[in-house]
Amino acid sequence: MTTEAIRVFNRAPRHIPRRVVLIVVLLFFAVVFAMPLLWMISASLKPENEVLQSPPTFFPSEFQWGNYSQAGHGLLPFFLNSCKLAALNVGFLLLFASLAGYGFARLNFAFKNLAFALLLSTAMIPGIVYLVPQYMLFRQMGWIDTHYPLWVPNVLTPVFGTFLLRQAFRGVPMELEEAAKLDGASTFGTFWRIMLPQVKPALAAVGALTFMGSWNDLFGPLIFLNSTRLQTMPIALALFKGEYFTQTNLMMAAATLTILPPLLLFLLAQKYFVQGITMSGLKG
Amino acid sequence: MANAVLLKPPDVDGPPARKRVKVKLKRQNLAGWLFVGPVIFGVLFFQLLPVAASLVVSLTNWTGLNSPKFLGLGNYKELFTADDTFWPSLKNTAIFTVVVVVLTIFIGLGLAVLCNQKIKGIGFFRTLYYSPAVTNVVAIGFVWFWLYNPDSGLFNSTLKTIGIHGPAWLSDTKTALIAVMIVALWQGVGYPMVILLAGLQSIDQSLIEAATVDGASAWRRFWAVVFPLLTPSLFFLTITQFITSFQVFGIIYVMTSGGPNNATSVFIFQIYEAAFGHGRLGYASAMGWVLFVIVGVVTAIQWKMEKRWVHYDN
Repeated sequence: MTTEAIRVFNRAPRHIPRRVVLIVVLLFFAVVFAMPLLWMISASLKPENEVLQSPPTFFPSEFQWGNYSQAGHGLLPFFLNSCKLAALNVGFLLLFASLAGYGFARLNFAFKNLAFALLLSTAMIPGIVYLVPQYMLFRQMGWIDTHYPLWVPNVLTPVFGTFLLRQAFRGVPMELEEAAKLDGASTFGTFWRIMLPQVKPALAAVGALTFMGSWNDLFGPLIFLNSTRLQTMPIALALFKGEYFTQTNLMMAAATLTILPPLLLFLLAQKYFVQGITMSGLKG
Repeated sequence: MANAVLLKPPDVDGPPARKRVKVKLKRQNLAGWLFVGPVIFGVLFFQLLPVAASLVVSLTNWTGLNSPKFLGLGNYKELFTADDTFWPSLKNTAIFTVVVVVLTIFIGLGLAVLCNQKIKGIGFFRTLYYSPAVTNVVAIGFVWFWLYNPDSGLFNSTLKTIGIHGPAWLSDTKTALIAVMIVALWQGVGYPMVILLAGLQSIDQSLIEAATVDGASAWRRFWAVVFPLLTPSLFFLTITQFITSFQVFGIIYVMTSGGPNNATSVFIFQIYEAAFGHGRLGYASAMGWVLFVIVGVVTAIQWKMEKRWVHYDN
């Protein structure tokens, strides 16, 4: 008997019950993970008095879509702030991380190994250790209550992004680069026109994870911003709790709107997320 | 390495070529540093400089507004001997960290094995299991806060229908930390799951088939063949999950603000309060360094223990 045949033979008698058990377990965890989010959406569509009803009902008696326009109207300026910061973070981080990643992967220069070791060493420092002195630094620079602290330091310290892109550049065949050099392309030209398009999947992975980090950042806006008008969506949500929304249904609509952009991005770019996360688990 | 190759020509061609190579090397250095310069500058200016500064500030009573006075180790002494929130918050942080690290990895491993089964629609389950990990901590904090409501929340309402009077969850000192840890687990298992799933998928199938042919049961195959091959991923996770869990802040800030009666007060929350609540930047810096040292020591111990249980095939 071949190996395959033995395997099939061994499995065959238990085939059906095992599959049923598997599906039951999978569905159980699906309920566990989806339940809080489904109740959030259900509450976001209910009339106000129905949210606090006991025992609770899952399906709203009527779907109040108006909750979303009401919550969305209040959140709009903060949504735009979050979008602006996410765009700045993703755009500039990809630029600086790919420049550095290419430099470390393909160029030779003095003190290269030292520079790379320096970069990796900072990955071990807990963020809180430099948060207090950063706050003092930004106050000296007049950056408190501006958007700068929420993107400039991030895009100039892309440790993980640099590491991931360095790995990606190392995987590109040397011939491509050599051909470009022979055609007289400059180092930057080779990087920008020839090499960068070769690492698009890695760029997507780094970009997706950067977007998440920027969108879900709590500490940064909490500490560096004072003016309400500059706030990002998550902080605005926290502020709304006291000020605007005493109604749970509106709060849940606002929470749903806050969760939606990263969730949609995750669903659309799942492949790149998984790749990025998996790469984070690789050792240098 | 490659520099050595470039230095070869002068020995062959004599002085003029050496000059040319020197110019070329200089240009090469310039090009290289233009590429990596911004990031190295960023790391020095926004990370290493502040870390060094914070060590100096931790020895003073600076508030950011006064002219700082040198205290020596005064802040550290106060923290260890006079601050009655330090030890309780360290204890909460330790409990949170141990429970969350162990359970996220354990449950993550179970989910990874589940998601590695060949069954139709498995991609849907994988996506669903990971989705809490991309949600915003403020938003999901509100959702869980509402689910935990002692009177009208989903949990206690459901318990009431079967005649059980539920606990007060977040407002009871006995259950508050447990309630917060449940949320952290719900959001935190996705990451280990993805890492371990990648680990499982990289295992050479022929090893498992060989064990099957030898008559090993599924249970035995997992522990004798699969598990040892996963230990590098598990080791990586114990390190990273420890570092992130020990710095828990967001979920505490949103759901309990450290309450009730400091029952969920964790270390980072105390630092946040000291720095931005009371303006004691010197004291907060000292706390930051204590945290840094704890994380560093535990991580070093984990690396020391690596050889005892992590199996590297090649």
